[in-house]
Amino acid sequence: MAHHEEHSHVTVIPPDKAKIKKLWTVAGILGVITAFEFLIAFTLHAGPLKTAIFVAMTIVKAAYIVGEFMHLRYEVKVLIWSILIPMVFVAWMLVAFIYEGMAISTARLF
Amino acid sequence: MGVSYGKLMMWFFLLSDAFTFSALLITYGLVRSSHPAYTGEVENFVFSQAYWPIPEKVFEAVPFLHGVVLPLVFVGIMTFILIMSSVTMVLAVEAGHRMDRAAVEKWMVWTIIGGLAFLGCQAWEWTHFIHGNAESKAFAGGATGAVLSWNQYGPQDFADFFFFITGFHGFHVFSGVCLNFLIYFNTVTGVYERRGHYEMVEKVGLYWHFVDLVWVFVFTFFYLV
Repeated sequence: MAHHEEHSHVTVIPPDKAKIKKLWTVAGILGVITAFEFLIAFTLHAGPLKTAIFVAMTIVKAAYIVGEFMHLRYEVKVLIWSILIPMVFVAWMLVAFIYEGMAISTARLF
Repeated sequence: MGVSYGKLMMWFFLLSDAFTFSALLITYGLVRSSHPAYTGEVENFVFSQAYWPIPEKVFEAVPFLHGVVLPLVFVGIMTFILIMSSVTMVLAVEAGHRMDRAAVEKWMVWTIIGGLAFLGCQAWEWTHFIHGNAESKAFAGGATGAVLSWNQYGPQDFADFFFFITGFHGFHVFSGVCLNFLIYFNTVTGVYERRGHYEMVEKVGLYWHFVDLVWVFVFTFFYLV
């Protein structure tokens, strides 16, 4: 029975060229940003500017992955915020603990 | 919330998983910033337990190019592989929306290949990290490489975080490959076609993109900064 009903009633919708093109564009952007990060890694000296550029690039990449690939940008507002708000606290926690680590580093000198 | 129960639960699972990864990365940030940083010229860098190592000096080997110094090139290749497998995954999801079984099968195969390629790269990188190489400057009297109780490259915590963070991520990639294979199997056997929708491809797709997303952060905080 099962092998009869297959292929009979399934209508395959043709691919949406514009949508697929957009997905490849996002992939291209991710690739270019990674290449740019590579360039920065070997041209800039270590310091706050270099770190800031890396963090900014990472956030841009994350936004593209979550927004486009995971489709979150197109979901309802409540879902978007229930994902983003907790992550804001996590980002604050990361900053707070790095400062804590720097304070420990200074305290160890004395 | 405008999405199905299954997708919503996947989102909340991923949020909780993000907390776990954040915990690892935050601890890494705390411990790293509590160690002195290397302040001299990059060219004069030598491995020492007195300061945190520069990642590009630790990760500079590429398979089949023994002895050639190519800082961060291999990890760049790994990043590229994971981004590509994320694209093929989203193309499988797109094909699922159109009920195009053949296209879902094709893109799932590519996604599985990408996942396996990444795991293979990671296995090589771990092996290299554990063994070190003969040319690398070991501490006086010490062995090369690193394990949980010995680290040639710098403070012990550096090696431990490397194993825990990339290991936990690698385990997620491994789980993702298993789930992707399950999805592929169900697509081939016509489970989703009979069900009338390919939502499972979307749900596992969310997980797979999340694994890529975590790698983006690991790449920045462990290899670049």
